[in-house]
Amino acid sequence: MAIDPMHQFAIHEVVHIDPVNVPGLGLVNLSITNSVLWMGIAALVVCGFLLASARGAVVPGRLQSLGESLYGLVDNLTSSMIGHEGRKFLPFVFTLFSFILVMNLFGLIAIPGVGAPFTATSQLAVTLTLALVTFITVIVIGFIRNGFGFFKLFVPSGVPWPLLFLLVPIEFISFMVRPVTLSLRLFGNMLGGHVVLKIFASFVIGLGAFALTGGLASLGFVGSALSLGTVVALTALEFIVAFLQAFVFAALACVYINDVVNLHAH
Amino acid sequence: MEVQAAKYIGAGLAMLGMIGAGIGLGILFGNYLSGAMRNPSAAAGERPMLFLGMALTEALGIFALVIAFMILFV
Repeated sequence: MAIDPMHQFAIHEVVHIDPVNVPGLGLVNLSITNSVLWMGIAALVVCGFLLASARGAVVPGRLQSLGESLYGLVDNLTSSMIGHEGRKFLPFVFTLFSFILVMNLFGLIAIPGVGAPFTATSQLAVTLTLALVTFITVIVIGFIRNGFGFFKLFVPSGVPWPLLFLLVPIEFISFMVRPVTLSLRLFGNMLGGHVVLKIFASFVIGLGAFALTGGLASLGFVGSALSLGTVVALTALEFIVAFLQAFVFAALACVYINDVVNLHAH
Repeated sequence: MEVQAAKYIGAGLAMLGMIGAGIGLGILFGNYLSGAMRNPSAAAGERPMLFLGMALTEALGIFALVIAFMILFV
């Protein structure tokens, strides 16, 4: 059986716009692809949800309490990681968290009439962009806060000076690898989850077709039912993973911001 | 050996990297559970750290998975 679990990640254009010649970059293809479309829909869903849940009722309804609990979660995260200055970074962290959460969740739903949405975070380009945005934001915050004292990040205090020759390059490399790990973590989780779901789903059909040949192969029906149960359980796991990965991305952004903001309280 | 056969073998070998991630996750959750048994009221405060540690450790296993997929499909 020729199963190709990677076909679901193919990008195709939805609205074609002729390539534009940008001086210095060459021909840039600006057409709206399915990735761009679903990222746009995710952004609209986030804005719409925030506008709809921003009611001022003292006894909150369901939508408002959902919005309040999300806000409380990220507020708790920033204030416990960054301290009393955490409020200033709350909008950035909350944007990252909610955008990534909605994009992750889109991969798990099916809209009647339209089909399956496209998981934008299963594209390395998207997650790498988000990770680089976080990384550059952290560096800019570090330079604004500490000036050139930013480089003290790589020199831990209380280290005997001969060890610094070994330690500073290691610290520098582990700092530079942060956007790579951030992007690969989110990308790998989303990609792996969907590939595993596709493979187990192909087992359902494959074992069922095999069982139809009759005889002892009727045991294939048992295997097919087991695979279906596994697909259901894995989808439940994927919901947890979608939420967890968004939370971890936001939490790591808070940790990196804490490193540069509270540099002198290391 | 054909290229496709070598790809399958390579992908299988790359997944051995998940052994470390599995061991690490077991240690992590085991320590959290024993700590929660000793001090149940403090367990809820440590739960965000548990999930953070879990995701960081799982990430290394996922890196091995990404390499396996790159070998297999790219």
